[in-house]
Amino acid sequence: MNTTTLTSTAQPGKPRELKNIMRAMGILPVLIILALIFSLMSENFLTQDNLLNIARQASINIVLAAGMTFVILTGGIDLSVGAILGSSAVVALALSLDPGFAGWSVPLTLLTGLGMGLANGLLIAFVGLPPFIVTLGSFTALRGVAYLLADGQTLFNADISFAWIGNDYLGPFPWLVIIALAVILVSWLILHHTVLGVRIYAVGGNMQAARLTGIKVGGILLFVYAISGLFSALGGLMSASRLYSANGNLGIGYELDAIAAVILGGTSFVGGVGTIIGTLIGALIIATLNNGLVLMDVSYFWQLVIKGAVIILAVILDKYRSSSGART
Amino acid sequence: MHAAIPTPAEPTPLLVMQNIGKRFGAVHALKGVDLQLYPGEILALMGENGAGKSTLMKVLSGVYQADEGSILLDGKACQLKGPADAIAAGISIIHQEIKLSPNLTVAENLFLGAELKKGWRVDRAAMNREATQVLQRLSCSFAADSKVASLSIAEQQQVEIARALLRQCRVLVMDEPTAALSNRETEALFRVIRQLRDQGLAIVYISHRMAEIYALADRVSVLRDGTYIGTLEKQQIDAERLVQMMVGRPLTSLYQKSQPHAFGDTVLQIDGLTDGTDVAPCSLSLRAGEVVGLAGLVGSGRTELAKLIFGASKASAGSLSMQGRTMQFRHPQDAINAGIGYLTEDRKELGLFLDMSARDNMLLNVLPSFAWLGWLKHPRLNQRADECIDELKVKVAHRNVSAGSLSGGNQQKLLVARWMEIAPKVLILDEPTRGVDIGAKSEIYRAISELALRGVAVLMISSELPEILAMSDRVLVMRDGHIAGELPGNTTQEAIMALATAA
Repeated sequence: MNTTTLTSTAQPGKPRELKNIMRAMGILPVLIILALIFSLMSENFLTQDNLLNIARQASINIVLAAGMTFVILTGGIDLSVGAILGSSAVVALALSLDPGFAGWSVPLTLLTGLGMGLANGLLIAFVGLPPFIVTLGSFTALRGVAYLLADGQTLFNADISFAWIGNDYLGPFPWLVIIALAVILVSWLILHHTVLGVRIYAVGGNMQAARLTGIKVGGILLFVYAISGLFSALGGLMSASRLYSANGNLGIGYELDAIAAVILGGTSFVGGVGTIIGTLIGALIIATLNNGLVLMDVSYFWQLVIKGAVIILAVILDKYRSSSGART
Repeated sequence: MHAAIPTPAEPTPLLVMQNIGKRFGAVHALKGVDLQLYPGEILALMGENGAGKSTLMKVLSGVYQADEGSILLDGKACQLKGPADAIAAGISIIHQEIKLSPNLTVAENLFLGAELKKGWRVDRAAMNREATQVLQRLSCSFAADSKVASLSIAEQQQVEIARALLRQCRVLVMDEPTAALSNRETEALFRVIRQLRDQGLAIVYISHRMAEIYALADRVSVLRDGTYIGTLEKQQIDAERLVQMMVGRPLTSLYQKSQPHAFGDTVLQIDGLTDGTDVAPCSLSLRAGEVVGLAGLVGSGRTELAKLIFGASKASAGSLSMQGRTMQFRHPQDAINAGIGYLTEDRKELGLFLDMSARDNMLLNVLPSFAWLGWLKHPRLNQRADECIDELKVKVAHRNVSAGSLSGGNQQKLLVARWMEIAPKVLILDEPTRGVDIGAKSEIYRAISELALRGVAVLMISSELPEILAMSDRVLVMRDGHIAGELPGNTTQEAIMALATAA
């Protein structure tokens, strides 16, 4: 706060950028405060092991939320990410059990998710159906597909070729965390350093105007749902590999955590405004809450109540802060 | 206060705003502004965009609270802590954008928030009855129980006025009410405004259009940069003097028509182009370097024709050729690739990305040429954005400032820059100076003239006839979806209106 007022009188160009950074970091104070509270309440919180644990627990949600960020930036919503995660995890396990395909399970699973995302995208972009309805449909249908592919059972394989994803480390860091951060990096590069990224913001900011400046809106929408599907399948691989198993129940409710992370991160539900870094912090807040409340031995029922309340409070805080700073 | 400005009929002012000051952070939006308003008069409030007119009116209507100064109503100081206070004090404001619920009836809109009740139930009959009375007073031609969605913009405006009357308003503020009206509707509105004045209402009328000021105003007060410049009486009103008060310097020439130059070959030719509904088969041709005005009443199909040419709507018949080659545009992108630009009429809804930076708004169309395999070269983009800002004199603190925070004129310059960047062969401008202040207008005219000099064919749609006359080499006039005729550049307003209205 102090720094902005000081620099704003000094030089006219800089404070904007500082303000943008402040805005991008908008929800970061909430994460820091939570971490402070938990480290005071539990001595096990601020240990290297536990922090890595939080990062690992956050990793799958980070990947889903990254895809969700693209979608919500265009003013859409993808309710099907949990179902795509579940069905592609089952696909990954089934492939790994078939000697002929075992070596191909990772790319084929990713393609499956991409295909499901493309199907969402085609219906939204070219048939013109509302995103909520299309993905509500695929949310239900793909959950059924997951049960069907697993034949209602749980598939096990102690010898999957991609076990490293969920269980190995690169130096001190679990691959799960590395992958999640890589997804954030790739998303950030797309959103801020490519023509496509600018056009995604444009479509979300004003779809009509985007069309009239020659942007093929359909192509952009197709892309965001496709990448959301692809990331969901990646999330499926991550869970399947961690568990050495998959069943039709995998990923139920994950879409809600992904949406919560995006909203916590300050992305506008109407589209056109938001950052991927915000989403990362949002996902970390959710994971920190989950972890800290367990460490403090809070009952699961109270965990849900507190989690919900923190999400709403954080967004109220964000709304208050950005509206007081918006006026020039 | 001031050497009191006497009005012949009523010597005591109904409303006095004294020494009003308002700050937003470091910005001093209003500084010591005085305003006096007498019952039974129309006071025009003029000033460039950003001069403080809207802020002053928001202070008057209770949306903002002044940091300094006082507001006197009937000589008594009053505190307006919110819009509700202002309404209770008899002050109503009609915004440029109409704020009605289209899904409700006229009567329901009129009584919104103050519904008449019989016991605990809404008394629709009484609401319709009272609404009908007010509508009659305004000689409206629609019923109180019709849905607002079925009304024209002009009729919706009458509903807004009726609502103000129902609230027993004594001060009525109208912010550019004619921006979206046709000439005929404007005439009707003026009759209503005069009638209300004669009934003793005090009216503040905000407009950029000089002709309306002549037609309506009893007095004109001028603001510039948040300060009060002065007030002219009806007999003193004079365009040159007003402009000088608004800009603070004599304006050498508003319209900067390029020096006469030879036109090149025909660039764009359309034959019998139609969409089968709003646009009857139309034919026209544009030559390199010429500015063709496209006049006509609002709703005569000008915008629809532009969208047809630009590929934004589907043609059902007819052909289009660019530089002799027949083409078919299925998407605006096709038209842009062929070298056609289209500056849309409604810059906020159809042009700008308000949350995006000035840079991205200007360069959105040419991003690929600042990228390698889709990868943006930010330094080159930034450099080009700064050049554009310089060339068009866009008043913006930094290229990364969001477009939504700029004034109307500067927003329009961003869009002009966007289309200049594609190096168009044909540029269609749809109401390029609507809601734009005089300084920015002159910059936009200069840009148009420069484009023409460089050999761009410009098709300029405008409802402001002086603008059409001053800028055009030829004038096409549309009526009921077809091109009713062509006039030379040195034609008269009367000739254009005759064609436009089939008089």
